[in-house]
Amino acid sequence: MLEIKNLHAKIADGREILKGIDLSVKAGEVHAIMGPNGSGKSTLAGILAGRPGYEVTEGSVTYDGRDLLPLAADERAREGVFLAFQYPVEIPGVNNMYFLRDALNAVRRHRGQPDLDAGQFLKAVRAKLKELEISDDLLQRGVNVGFSGGEKKRNEIFQMAMLEPKLALLDETDSGLDIDALRLVSNGINKLRSPQRAMVLITHYQRLLDYVEPDRIHVLSQGKIVMSGDKSLAAELEKHGYAMLGDAA
Amino acid sequence: MTSPDDSLETVRAVTSETYKYGFVTDIESDSAPPGLDEDTVRFISAKKGEPQWLLDWRLQAFRHWQKMEGPQWAKLRIAPIDYQAASYYSAPKNDSGPKSLDEVDPELLKTYEKLGIPLSERAALAGVAVDAVFDSVSVATTFKAKLGELGIIFCSFGEAVREHPDLVRKYLGSVVPQGDNFFAALNSAVFSDGSFVYVPPGLRCPMELSTYFRINAAKSGQFERTLIICDKGSYVSYLEGCTAPMRDENQLHAAVVELIALEDAEIKYSTVQNWYPGDAEGRGGIYNFVTKRGACRGDRAKISWTQVETGSAITWKYPSCILEGDNSVGEFYSVAITNNLQQADTGTKMIHLGRNTSSTIISKGISAGRGQNTYRGLVRVQPKAQNARNYTQCDSLLIGDRCGAHTVPYIEVRNPSARVEHEATTSKISDDQMFYCQQRGLSKEDALSLIVNGFCREVLKELPMEFAVEAQKLLAVSLEGSVG
Repeated sequence: MLEIKNLHAKIADGREILKGIDLSVKAGEVHAIMGPNGSGKSTLAGILAGRPGYEVTEGSVTYDGRDLLPLAADERAREGVFLAFQYPVEIPGVNNMYFLRDALNAVRRHRGQPDLDAGQFLKAVRAKLKELEISDDLLQRGVNVGFSGGEKKRNEIFQMAMLEPKLALLDETDSGLDIDALRLVSNGINKLRSPQRAMVLITHYQRLLDYVEPDRIHVLSQGKIVMSGDKSLAAELEKHGYAMLGDAA
Repeated sequence: MTSPDDSLETVRAVTSETYKYGFVTDIESDSAPPGLDEDTVRFISAKKGEPQWLLDWRLQAFRHWQKMEGPQWAKLRIAPIDYQAASYYSAPKNDSGPKSLDEVDPELLKTYEKLGIPLSERAALAGVAVDAVFDSVSVATTFKAKLGELGIIFCSFGEAVREHPDLVRKYLGSVVPQGDNFFAALNSAVFSDGSFVYVPPGLRCPMELSTYFRINAAKSGQFERTLIICDKGSYVSYLEGCTAPMRDENQLHAAVVELIALEDAEIKYSTVQNWYPGDAEGRGGIYNFVTKRGACRGDRAKISWTQVETGSAITWKYPSCILEGDNSVGEFYSVAITNNLQQADTGTKMIHLGRNTSSTIISKGISAGRGQNTYRGLVRVQPKAQNARNYTQCDSLLIGDRCGAHTVPYIEVRNPSARVEHEATTSKISDDQMFYCQQRGLSKEDALSLIVNGFCREVLKELPMEFAVEAQKLLAVSLEGSVG
């Protein structure tokens, strides 16, 4: 599903943030990318989703058999790349439901499916809410406006469920959540695991991985993947902290 | 009310007939020589067959105007206007304007397509000289018959002067006096035509009245004069303009609108102004200098202005309310967009005279390109306006880094019991907002349109339903090309 080879990237001020990333994620797999602050985790997510402000200087990204990098952010989204934001953005005056319906219909049109009318959309929303066991209290509010941290993350997971991406990137989705919210969000992520879907979880802490069990864990440090392993790697990191990277980093 | 489709059908039907009412056909061969003096005013009045009192009224206005100078206080850069170079009475000429749609700015045609303007209307809106002009006067006459049965008068200003001289004489200039300001004085001297509405006591006008069905030729809009009177306990909702960008070779527009609401009456006046803004370099484009004012003459009267201003190279416009009656209410809801090199200086005046009067001002200014957008508003509470209330909210949205937004509130309170609130914000469409929308699958254009419509939501919801849907599309079209 996702094939990253020797990816180098820099930001506007010329600093190189990614220094040769190799990563391969197959459909049905969940990979976790861990690492200390400033290691390049969010940059990687941003580049994959097409966030402006980065320049890829070397390497390639193949998604679903095609070159991902020339596509604009909205084209990537319609092709099935979803980014759950670390800091979901507020859009005042825009109803959360209308926003989601516009987005869903844009994606559906791209897939050659007909638009959902208001009734059909509402039905799909209800079904998804039930499946994810989340309440409907956010739907009639402005997009992320006045949402608590937990509500914002819950909304991201709900959007992901509605848009049914092939590649889901979750950027620090666990940050700033209390234990109940973490459980709710993790539960949502687990329900969205599917043989057709690849997921990349980006996280600073190991605690999300208590709830969502990844197939592979990679440790990113100073723009490179310095360690990869199975889920036991998380426990190791928990015990020794990122200091254990020592020489490897 | 008939659906818009029906109306268009009717329009199509009537445009194939030649126009057979009124004075329009008479004037086709006439026009006044360029220049403006008392003789020009006499010429216009004579051409329209006006009574002596109205000629005198025009002359009085003209004498005021001669002693006045154009306002310099607005934050607008305006090239000097030579008032003697223009012709103040010109019939539509078939050899001016573009000959066919091929000669019209292709950008304008694209816009028509995006707004879904029927092919049959595009030529007329673009100012192409065609034989079957989109002639809605005839449509208005069918509505007029229905309204007439109820006692509601809705007709051209010229017709009102002939048929209802007492009403016109009583109210004309009673809200905007001839010498009120430079442009109002000019309008009073040389106004071409306009609309007249009178709703009798206790009656709720059953349909939205619209100038869309009234403007007969594209070129009659230059010096429009509108007078709307709602008698005791009556209600009317009036729509002005249309969402299609109207091309007009008259660069200077100076309209006057007067509203009068008597006891317990309510007037809702909605405008979508989309005159040609000029091209991306600022060439061409209308100068729009409008004086709009309403008087709540009776207790518990209410006047509500809603405007969506997207067109014109220059907009100078302050729809205002004079709250004379006790417990009367004034409202102003505005969206103003400036893109490319457009300039807008717009806002309102709320003058509190009566007790317990209240006013609300919601202004949303959007600047893109190199556009300059100024909110200028006055809230004045006079000594006798016990317990007056005002709430003002001015929000500005910037798109890009070459545009400007300015807020100039004037607050004058002469009664200690008044409560006046003013809130203002300025924000920028952030890259994060755009990226968030795009990451969910929306194109750049759709993302911008969504964010801007969200910003304007409080104002757009005040528009009548049909108008609101069109206005949303219009906002998107107006901002095209403003994000890289």
